[in-house]
Amino acid sequence: MTTQKTSQSRLARAWDSDLAYSFRKTPVAVVSAVIVLVLILGAVLAPWIAPLNPFDPASLNLMNGFTPPSTPNAFTGETFVMGTDDQGRDVFSTILFGMRISLFVGFSAVFLAIILGVTLGLLAGYLGGWVETIIMRVADIQLTFPSIMVAMLIFGIAKGVTPPEYRDQMAIWVLILAIGLSDWVQFARVVRGATLVEKNKEYVQAARLIGRSPVAIMLRHILPNVLNPVLVIATISLALAIIAEATLSFLGVGAPPTKPSLGTLIRIGQEYMFSGEWWILLFPAVTLLALALSINLLGDWLRDALNPRLR
Amino acid sequence: METPILSVRNLVVEIPTRHGILRPVDNVSYDIHAGEILGVVGESGAGKSMTGNAVIGLLNRPAHIKSGEILLSGQPIHSLSGDALRRLRGKRMGMIFQDPLTSLNPLLTVGEQLTETIMEHLDVSYAQALDRAVAALDEVGIPAARARINSYPHEFSGGMRQRVVIALALCAEPELVIADEPTTALDVSVQAQIIALLKRLCRERGVAVMLVTHDMGVIAEAADRVAVMYAGRLAELGPVRDVILNADHPYTAGLMASTPLASQGQKRLRQIPGSMPRLGQLPMGCAFSPRCEFAQDKCKQDPGPTRETCNGRAACWFPLSSTAKQEATQ
Amino acid sequence: MNPIVKVENLDRVFDVSKPWLNRVIERQPKQFLKAVSDVSFEIERNSVYALVGESGSGKSTIGKIVVGLLGKSGGSVEINGVDLETETDRAKVDAVRADIQMIFQDPFASLNPRWRVRDIIAEPVAALGGNTDGLAERLLEQVGLSAADASKYPHEFSGGQRQRICIARALASEPKMIVCDEPTSALDVSVQSQVLNLMSDLREEFGLTYLFISHDLTVVHHMADKIGVLYLGRLVEEAPRDVLFASPKHPYTQMLFDAAPRMDGFGREVEPPKGEIPDAINPPSGCAFHPRCPLATDLCKQKQPQMRKHGDTRVACHMVE
Repeated sequence: MTTQKTSQSRLARAWDSDLAYSFRKTPVAVVSAVIVLVLILGAVLAPWIAPLNPFDPASLNLMNGFTPPSTPNAFTGETFVMGTDDQGRDVFSTILFGMRISLFVGFSAVFLAIILGVTLGLLAGYLGGWVETIIMRVADIQLTFPSIMVAMLIFGIAKGVTPPEYRDQMAIWVLILAIGLSDWVQFARVVRGATLVEKNKEYVQAARLIGRSPVAIMLRHILPNVLNPVLVIATISLALAIIAEATLSFLGVGAPPTKPSLGTLIRIGQEYMFSGEWWILLFPAVTLLALALSINLLGDWLRDALNPRLR
Repeated sequence: METPILSVRNLVVEIPTRHGILRPVDNVSYDIHAGEILGVVGESGAGKSMTGNAVIGLLNRPAHIKSGEILLSGQPIHSLSGDALRRLRGKRMGMIFQDPLTSLNPLLTVGEQLTETIMEHLDVSYAQALDRAVAALDEVGIPAARARINSYPHEFSGGMRQRVVIALALCAEPELVIADEPTTALDVSVQAQIIALLKRLCRERGVAVMLVTHDMGVIAEAADRVAVMYAGRLAELGPVRDVILNADHPYTAGLMASTPLASQGQKRLRQIPGSMPRLGQLPMGCAFSPRCEFAQDKCKQDPGPTRETCNGRAACWFPLSSTAKQEATQ
Repeated sequence: MNPIVKVENLDRVFDVSKPWLNRVIERQPKQFLKAVSDVSFEIERNSVYALVGESGSGKSTIGKIVVGLLGKSGGSVEINGVDLETETDRAKVDAVRADIQMIFQDPFASLNPRWRVRDIIAEPVAALGGNTDGLAERLLEQVGLSAADASKYPHEFSGGQRQRICIARALASEPKMIVCDEPTSALDVSVQSQVLNLMSDLREEFGLTYLFISHDLTVVHHMADKIGVLYLGRLVEEAPRDVLFASPKHPYTQMLFDAAPRMDGFGREVEPPKGEIPDAINPPSGCAFHPRCPLATDLCKQKQPQMRKHGDTRVACHMVE
């Protein structure tokens, strides 16, 4: 009874909070959130809402190849909302399934980057000294390479050490590792900066005074207070990770054609761009654009809303 | 009587928020005459800085002047455009802020900043402006002004930096200077120097000074008259000696009594219960009534008029000095 | 009775050098700031000892060293006969930690904004594995707030109320001694008196000892039994309150008293003090106050004066006879 009451009031409090208010008052944020939500739902529910399973060779009919959008196929008479690709796969279904992979890789990579970056940033900021010097110099060096290059390097090494028969299976995990490892630097930098500010605040001194261990202070006192900027960067990183995944897949070093992500679909599509089958490229590309842009705009709004100096 | 340099009439500043409209400055009126220092005191959030910012036109959106008038030597300035106000600022109104570092450009030498301000507001050549800049630094007590004019702000100590800010505020010979907590960031010994400097410049130049501070000691030593603000309203206004020794408003009286005085020794301090209400949660009547030991039903329903008292003005139904007088006559 | 705190010849040096690479390129030596030099004092049980001084005087540094937040460079600090830095017996260290607490200047930075008041207040006890049932509620009522406030977050309180919460947290481990670092300088005057009165009440009720650090002479005069005046990291004068305010001996103390604005000083015209506090990295030779001192002689420029006893006062000045 009481728990229900507190949870209700917590929900009401969340709805009444400044963040929720700012959200309701920012049409761009609301529209972006709706788009992101629809796309994520589509990806999650793909096996149930997609007309065909593009990964199931049995459901494919090569005769359906190159069917234009919303036009009956000349041989089979079947109609596809967004047309089909060269192998007769329904573009709409491949997009839904492709987004699953893109989003899975994006979320996992950002998750990995957050774990790494926040841990190293906290350690560097709180401990200082040579720990900080080593962590931040490594971060500086990594920043001098374009992150896509770092990802390709990691991808190349991983490809070299995995046996060929496992490569397709491992590709997704290697992607996550590659993007996550190239992305931790900004989390580490922001967390270190925020930690430097927080650790000099008096509530941290009060905790040190009573003999709390550094680990307890970092986790229980500082971490909750440095999460706001992490949330902002995580959102923007998610968009970047999805784009990075698409780039790698487009370059042919990412998701394999048998399990295509949005990037793979765009790579396949661009081969037919000038031969008239524009839909194979256009629909995946627009989906990627909508996804990345909406997440980015959401991140921008979050940054403004959480930054008290701009309010 | 001569026209006051600054005349604020029934000033209301409002901030619209999602929880309603806040009034950080509510119906405030006061004058400052040439050569006079008006002290403005109050607790944080009482609206003292906001009043100063409204006068110089530096209110941050969404705060804005809702009604009332601000007259600078009789000329209304509350409705001027941003551009016109910017020309007035510096030329006819100088500003001194708490943190000297924020009012100086770290990338320009103090000489560049001074000559730039002088040439923008006065019709002089560069050489004349430079001479004036040196004279201005000299006047605020910076030793070897000619040599130090090419130094950057960070090369000065805290106290010297605040002197540079004062020179900058005064170099275009304004009629009015608004000093917002000018000594709060400084040490006691430097604070005494800066206050002495402000008093001297005010006397010699005949500048009207609005001195915003929370330090009653500074007010007592520097100000001629004092305005006490509480929750956006002017609680009391009068000559500094009368207000401090013989307050009319119970809030002022409580404030004075709760300040530890060397002469009182270690006996228990008098305290005002509670704290100033937040702007969004003001009581219906007099904002001080929930903390006031003299409050009656009337006070809780109606904020009460601002009336003339023997000290000056007080916004209170039952001003202390007049009740005391009535009791004495009865 | 032996003193609760005994500070002897305390030194603290900060390395304020630029990073190694900059130093090498600019060919600069390492730079050191001597924040505290050769400070000795004792605090009697159940008394209030105040350290006053302007910025850079080292008063906050001494406070942090006393509670163990900062290490020292030399000398010794004993609390109940235990030196926190060198003591190896874990039980003794924990006992002293529970015995000494601190109240900070900024009530907005000293409470973790993400914690409930209950957890903030109980932390000193929880950290030592003690029983915290009803502790926060009891302490909140003791400092003049209500038990229901325990489940709120810090942002729901005003500055004065937050400082009361800080005091409640400081009391949680039932300390014998509290170091108060400018406890009221961030508060408005009408709230300051509430907090000062509360601190006086608690001191009587619990037999507390305060080390009171402040730059505000009126507050120090109100609270302290004994006062030490610091200038540029050195104790220049120490005396019981009434003696110090009646007859300040050191020229710096006299200057400080003259310069402080007074509520009854209407239109007071005093010659403001000369100069500013010198750079602590390159302090003046001899007595650090000599460039601003009206009495300075050649001896003052060359020789650092030592603390000497004059009646109830200890003073470090060549010119005091």
